[in-house]
Amino acid sequence: MLSSPFHQPESTLSVIASPRSAAPPTPQRRRGAPATGLAVGLLLLGTVAVLSIAVGAKPLPLADVWHGLTDPASPDYAVVHRMRLPRTLLGLVAGAALGVAGAAMQTLTRNPLADPGLLGINAGASAAVATATLALGVTALNQQVWYALLGAALVTVGVHAVAGGRHATPTRLALAGAALNAALYSYVSAIMLLDTTSLERLRFWTVGSLAGARTDTVPQLLPFVLAGLLLALLAARPLGALALGDDSARALGARPGLVRAAVVAAVTLLCGAATAACGPLVFVGLLAPHLVRALTGPDPRRLLPYCAVFAPVLLLTADIAGRVLGRPGELQVGLVTAVLGGPLFLHLVRRGQLARP
Amino acid sequence: MTRPDEKEIRTMRPGTARLVGETLTLVYDRRTVAENLTVAVPDRSFTVIIGPNACGKSTLLRALARLLRPTRGTVLLDGADIHRRPARQVARTLGLLPQSAVAPDGITVAELVDRGRYPHQGLLRQWSREDERVVVEAMAATGVATLADRPVDELSGGQRQRVWIAMALAQQTPLLLLDEPTTYLDIAHQVEVLDLCARLHEEQGRTLVAVLHDLHQAARYATHLVALRDGRVVAAGDPRRIVTAELVEEVFGLPCRVIEDPETGTPLVLPAARRRPAPTAG
Repeated sequence: MLSSPFHQPESTLSVIASPRSAAPPTPQRRRGAPATGLAVGLLLLGTVAVLSIAVGAKPLPLADVWHGLTDPASPDYAVVHRMRLPRTLLGLVAGAALGVAGAAMQTLTRNPLADPGLLGINAGASAAVATATLALGVTALNQQVWYALLGAALVTVGVHAVAGGRHATPTRLALAGAALNAALYSYVSAIMLLDTTSLERLRFWTVGSLAGARTDTVPQLLPFVLAGLLLALLAARPLGALALGDDSARALGARPGLVRAAVVAAVTLLCGAATAACGPLVFVGLLAPHLVRALTGPDPRRLLPYCAVFAPVLLLTADIAGRVLGRPGELQVGLVTAVLGGPLFLHLVRRGQLARP
Repeated sequence: MTRPDEKEIRTMRPGTARLVGETLTLVYDRRTVAENLTVAVPDRSFTVIIGPNACGKSTLLRALARLLRPTRGTVLLDGADIHRRPARQVARTLGLLPQSAVAPDGITVAELVDRGRYPHQGLLRQWSREDERVVVEAMAATGVATLADRPVDELSGGQRQRVWIAMALAQQTPLLLLDEPTTYLDIAHQVEVLDLCARLHEEQGRTLVAVLHDLHQAARYATHLVALRDGRVVAAGDPRRIVTAELVEEVFGLPCRVIEDPETGTPLVLPAARRRPAPTAG
């Protein structure tokens, strides 16, 4: 009774020709060309990274970039190694972190607007660091990171609770995020007013910037970002199941609670670490996944790795643009991404995606 | 009235039904939906659960699908408590098409059907030729192969439902549970989906369990009918034997006549014209 036909329903499947599908099934379906897309992305990333080292107050020709990187006797060695290289590396790491966090968050909440920046998570990290800096005198990055993680975690939980917990709709989530975002920015601004001497030091706590990068910035950040990326990539497959709804996910054998916890932990690590070093960057986590999705489709197994490559391209391009456009000073990268991201945000709202359940 | 089939089920041995709910107490949203409910799904049957709104039919299906943990009693899959078995193992045996399924934005038909392979894949085994073959076959069996690269959001309701069924087929489970698969479809698409279900049952030997609203369709397609009211089984068995005017009145409180469906010979329920005085409630 429990014999073969039950254990191999696929064998019967192949025999049956459905009357409706008289045409032979397409044998070779497009499974995307992940390698090609990623290779193009990495090439772009390399190009932008080199440009990021070349462009600045003193522009370096490409040949000098190489000397500056490798030859300690080069006159540019100091500026490359103390300023431009750390800044570029920070752009790479923070971009990957924010892109992957945004893609994971959008998939998890089924909300196309779920950018950790717009949901207030980065602002939460920022507010926590500002508090720690001014009230407790915490100035070392490796200490600030922990406060950033705490702030990011609190807002992640908070925005979910305010939006109605399990019954949160995309609209309520977006509204709750906007409200928390505004409140937290006011809080950071108020803190800065209380202590005008710190105004300069904390300026990038309201608008994100890569300019604060030092030689030891990325090494201090890297463990958190790598842990977050690993967790997010491990969660990618079950996240794809969860995107079909909780019931479907459980019917497929995934565990929604566990997946949610893993993704929230990953987003907290990624956003906390990125914000501790750059301040709150909005729109990177919104823009990158939307651009990448056109290439990969919604499968997180492809979306997340692509975002890890393309989001830093975006962030570094914006940073370079800020340095070029703002001459003789520079525009903070947070302003540039906001200028780029704003129109996309409006486009998404107009397309009515907010109304989706 | 006599209900031989219900007694039959109560005494059924586990070997004849891979999926059994034993003395279930089901609580949903703090409301006790059923107490001491026992249901068996006969192997190779197309079992349809019917009953009035809020009789607990969807709740029962959720319990059978492991989505709801019974407060008391156990759901047995192949003789073992379904909640004590590894999730992935259960997912290879029992598939579900829930009401709440959502297609991610921009996902194509093939991509959605791919996700049915989830319980057969792992971290190190992401995609194989076998997966590819099963997905292509599932799309062929449901007649959506020609739609493979179309975004799911562009399809009609009936096509979309066939895609979801294809996804469940790609899961390759001998048991398939469907929660109101015809809701929101027009009559032609309802028949299309039910015909597809009947074909999967007859030609592939799958055991199907569906919750349906339409009594006529239930009587026509089911090989085994379970009639629920207030969380208890009023009757269960071959619809040709159990669907009577008395049963319909007892389950739905609807006075009616039952005639033979001229198309299929199955029972056809005709509600009594409302002009007649309403009978006293039984």
